[in-house]
This record gives sequence, structure tokens and C-alpha cells, in this order.
Amino acid sequence: MIDDLITALGAEFVQLSLTPIVIGTLAAIACALPGNFLLLRRQALIGDAISHVVLPGIVAAFLVTGTITAVPMMIGAGAAAIVAVIMIEIVKRLGRVEPGAAMGLVFTTLFAAGVLFLEITDTSSVHIDVQHALLGNLESLIWFDAEGWGSLLDPTALTTLPPQLPRLAIVLVGIALFIFLFWKELKISTFDAAFAGAIGIRTRALGFALVVATAVAAVAAFDAVGSIIVIAMFVCPPASARLMTNQLARQVGWSVVFATISAVLGYVFAGYGPGWFGSPYAVSAAGMIATVSGVILILTCLFGPQRKRTGQHAEA
Amino acid sequence: MGFVDYFISALFLQAGYNSALVAIGAGLLGLSAGSAGAFIFLRKRALVSDAISHATLPGVGLAFIIMVAFGSDGRWLPGLILGSAISSAIGLLMVEWITRKTRLTEDAAIGAVLSVFFGFGIVLLTVIQTMSSGRQAGLENFLLGSTAGMLISEATTIAIAGALAAAFVFLLRRPMTLVAFDPEYAATTGVNVRNIDLAMMGLALIVTVIGLKIVGLILIVALLIIPPVAARFWTNQVGKMIGIAAVIGGLSGYIGAVLSAAEASLPTGPIIVLVAFGFFLISALFSPLRGGLASALRHQRFQRRVHRRQGLLSLARREPIYDGLTIRILRRAGMIRADGVATARGRIAAEKAARDEARWAMARRMLPDDSAVERYDGLTPIERMMTPDQIAEIDRMILSAQNAQAPQGATT
Repeated sequence: MIDDLITALGAEFVQLSLTPIVIGTLAAIACALPGNFLLLRRQALIGDAISHVVLPGIVAAFLVTGTITAVPMMIGAGAAAIVAVIMIEIVKRLGRVEPGAAMGLVFTTLFAAGVLFLEITDTSSVHIDVQHALLGNLESLIWFDAEGWGSLLDPTALTTLPPQLPRLAIVLVGIALFIFLFWKELKISTFDAAFAGAIGIRTRALGFALVVATAVAAVAAFDAVGSIIVIAMFVCPPASARLMTNQLARQVGWSVVFATISAVLGYVFAGYGPGWFGSPYAVSAAGMIATVSGVILILTCLFGPQRKRTGQHAEA
Repeated sequence: MGFVDYFISALFLQAGYNSALVAIGAGLLGLSAGSAGAFIFLRKRALVSDAISHATLPGVGLAFIIMVAFGSDGRWLPGLILGSAISSAIGLLMVEWITRKTRLTEDAAIGAVLSVFFGFGIVLLTVIQTMSSGRQAGLENFLLGSTAGMLISEATTIAIAGALAAAFVFLLRRPMTLVAFDPEYAATTGVNVRNIDLAMMGLALIVTVIGLKIVGLILIVALLIIPPVAARFWTNQVGKMIGIAAVIGGLSGYIGAVLSAAEASLPTGPIIVLVAFGFFLISALFSPLRGGLASALRHQRFQRRVHRRQGLLSLARREPIYDGLTIRILRRAGMIRADGVATARGRIAAEKAARDEARWAMARRMLPDDSAVERYDGLTPIERMMTPDQIAEIDRMILSAQNAQAPQGATT
């Protein structure tokens, strides 16, 4: 039994599973952190819209530069996210329509344009397709040069880590720093925008900064894990956390815990779960991570201590 | 045969029985999507249909697995449609349940349901890929839609279901309109709002599942959202808006299907969505009611009238005019010379404007509650709002006011 565990967590584990699990976890937390504020501001679907428009952004970056490299891709995707937010605002004003309809119109159109560009340009030489955009390639982010846990201390082996890992780590630190530094402002403007404005917080700028942080998280995570996890992690862990507590700091803490559990368990179930049923094949890790986060949400909907509405909206 | 020739022949259903059937099916689908979407749009729940459409995926996967387990090849379209309908109905009820039972808002419930169901669906698709009969299942086509190699029986199924959905919209149009505009009033007249809401979403569900094959589940929501948004630019009346949304949806489906049939490598769903977006752009720019061009023209006309009026009043008061636009407008109308001095025509017009302004001022003092006075905008000549008798009365009052002031003016 213990031998099994040691083999399970041995060199092969470090080589094949450790990096995907860490990358998945980093991506999940990077999305869940801004997701908390989006959820409370009733902008949960901004994450959905942004992760759809990442695809056209990446395709546009490819059309301009002709290569698939990280930096232009991330710039393209970030630019597409900003274009989408501006377009949503224009449609909302011009058509005087509700935000949901404006959002739906913009992100489906941009996504359709992205798919079409992808089909009519010759992208056969590079690894980019709709499937990849949706599912990411978490399983392929393996650490070739690792020979065991000792490699974590070996500088030459560390340089061969998948580049997504340090990139996501930097993004996560950046987002955590943004939330930490603007904690008070974010908190006040989220719960009482009018009061925040009255005491001199620039709520519009802060709201835009939050959308930018969301876009950065979406783009960085998208490259590694695909858009399903991105959407699921923006919504599910914060929503579950919201049902656990009435305090913002604790809610953010819970969301990090739930995001981590989803990523780790999701990857383990996807990679090893089919084996327990005697199947030699693995299933989609991205899909499984989203599924686990959904199961957590259902559990908190049923048993979360703060699941009920209170106050004047309780009867509504 | 070139692309254009083929496109034109396909547009008039001359490009073969199969593509004609697909085009008609897509048109009917768009028709029912546009009209059903109009109600959802008015009810402000456009993105609920996004949750519904993403929630179809696990149903497609499970239906395939079950059908294979019973020995068929798993690609029978009605079976897949049934499976997707069941799973998206569960998704819809989950959204309802989460919003009703917990403190989470509807947008969070939508985001959670769409991502989790979709993720689980992807898990099932990877399971299917490992099944021996699943390798060529082509279920990925349900993501973005594909009409290439569509069977005639499938096209017929879609066409019939599309026609049924359109009929369903027609039957339920009155209660749905009522609920969309004023749910509370609807409830007092005995309409069961919750059931009508569910029926509305049920319609979205029907449109979604029959649209899976043609448009695909990621983009079908566009066919429910874009036509009503575009239609809203053309009218302020519900009945007309639904009709226009249905026509725009139908044309988008039809033209999109024809375009993608003419160029087989293009996926159908994105093309249909982009055609619909084209209709939106045309509406947003050129609609005479609320379009951008019409608003810009209206704004410009208003601006010119204000500048002209203010310029004339300045002339009457013998004040110099500095504003560039005002000078240009007066110059073009022949009211002033290049050096800024009023022409004869300008003097007459200025005098008239000043008299009008004075009459309005007196009218406001005499009749503060008059409806004509309340609509004073500083631009409309008073002759257009009041009778000659009233104006004569106003002039008399102005004269007597001037006479009363004259002695005081003489002393200073």
C-alpha cells in the first residue's frame, strides 16, 4: 500500500503529473480571485464573455505575426478582451439594451469571427484549433527533464519547466497583489458604489482595472488550460465560497481552497479515475476540473451555512 | 462553377435538393429563434439561453453512449436531440433552483451551469473517443455546427421542428408579451408567470436542440439574441418587433446556410452568426427610428437650428458673434457679410427672431401652465403653437409693459 503510494508519487509522477497539477491550480486560483468581486458586482458573466473573445484575439495575433508565441498571443487576447468590453458598452448605449443581450451579441460575434478566421487561414503548420482553445492542453504540459522530486532543486532541470508555469505564477502574484493593495477600495466600491464615490474612490477606474485583471487571468490561464476551466473558475469557487461565509476576506479564502481542490481532484480523477474502472484511457482534465467545481457548488448549495438569502430579499 | 454562381443558384434553391433542404431548415430555425428570442430579450433574460445551449452537451454524449450500448451506431439525430433536450432542461431547472433556493444571483447561476455542464460534456466526449464505435462519431460537429454531409432525414427533422417551434411562438404570443412587459400585471390578470417564463425558456430550449446540428451549441445563443436586438432598432411596437426579429433570424439562417454550402470548408454556425451580425450593423446604423446615422443627422439638424437662432438673437442685440459654426451657418444663409455685418435679409430675420423671443417670454409669464408654453424649446416659432388671437393679446401685453417701463427708462 505504502509502496504503491511511493511509486504513485515517484519520478513518473513528478515528470507527468506534478506540473499539470500545479499549473491547473495556479490557473484556477488566478481566475477565482477576481471572480469573487465579479460575482458580488453581478458581473459573473464578464468572465464568460472575455474567455470567448480570447480566441479571436489569438487568431488575430497569429495573422499579424505569423507565429504562435506567447507574448503576441497574450497581447492579442488582451486587446480582444478590451475591444469586447468597449463594444459591449457601445451596443448597450446605442441599442439601449440590457447588458446581458449586449454581451451575448458581442461575444458570439467575435467568437464566430475567430472561428471563421481560423478556418480560412492556413494554420495547419501550428498548433491552434478550436478544440485546443476550448480544452487547453493541460495533459501535455509535462516536465521532460525531471527525474524525481530532487529535480525541484536542480537548476538545469528547472529551466525546462513548461513556460506556462512561471508565467501563471507571475500573473497570480500580480493579481493577488492588485487585490491586496486595493482591498479596501475594491471592497467598498463592490458593496456600495455610491458611498465609494462619495469618499473619493474612483469607482469607474477601479471597475475597469478589475476587468483588466480578469482579462489577464483569462488569457494566461487560457493558454494553459483552455476556456472551460477559465469560465468555471471565475464563477464556481467564488459562488461556493459565497455560500460559506458573510465576510469578504473569508469568502476569498474559501474560493482559493475550492479552486485548489477542484484543480487537484479534477486532474487526479481525469488521469487516474478511468483506471479505477479498468479503462486505460484518460479523460479530459479541463472538463473534469470544471465538473468537480460544479459538484462542490452543488454541495455548498445544499449544505453551505450561509446559503439562504437574508433580509428584505429573503422572500423575493 | 464559381463561388458567386453557386451562391446565387443556391440562394434560389437551384443547387440541389439537399442544400435547398438545409437552407430551408436553417431559415425556419432562424425564424423560430428570432421570434422566441424576442420574448426572452424583452424579459431581459438573454443569457439564460446561453446556459441552456451549453447544457446540451452532456445530453448529446450520454444519448450517444446509451444508443451505442443498445447496439446502434449512436448517430441517430432524434435520439441525440432528445438527450440534449433532457440535459438542457436539467440545466435550466438548475439555474432556476440555484437562484430561488440560494442567495446567488441569476448571472452566477448561469455561469456555473454553462461551464460545469459543458465541462462534463467534454469529459463524456473524451470517453466516447476511447470507445471503439466512437472514433468517427463526429460529435465535435455539435460544437460549431456543420451541414456538410447532412442526411435528408436530418434536414427534414430540423425543418419540421423549426416550423413547430414557430407555431408554438404564434400560439403563446399574447401571454408571453404580457409577461415580458409587466409580470406583475400579468399575474393579476390570472396568467401563471412562472409557467409562461418556463414556456419561454422551453422555446429557447427547442430552438437550441434543433439548432445543434446546423449552428452548434456554442453559437446558437447568437441566433436567439442578435435578431431581436437588431429588430428593436426598427420599431417600438412588440408585434412588429417580433415579426422583424423573425424575418432577420430567418434570413440569417437561410443566407448563412447557403453561403456555407457554397464553400464547403466553412463551418455553418459562425457564418450564420456573422450574417446576423451584419443585419445588426445595418439596423444600428441605418434604422430611421433609432439608428446611429438618423440620430447623428437629427442631432446635427438640431445643433444648426440652435446656432442659427442664437446667432440671429445676437444680431438683433447688435452683439458681435465669435462662434465659428454660428458664423458659417449665418453666412451660408446670406444673413451676414464676410465682415460680420448683417445683410438686409439678416436684419429682418434677426428682428423676427427677437420679436418671437419676446412673445415667448411674455407668453411664459401670462400662461405659465399652458401646454404650448410647456413645450417651449427656444426654436419653434410661436405662430406654430398659438392662434393669431393669442399672439395679438401677447403683443398688446408687451406694448403696455414697454409703456409702463418707458418713464423710468427716461429718468436714468
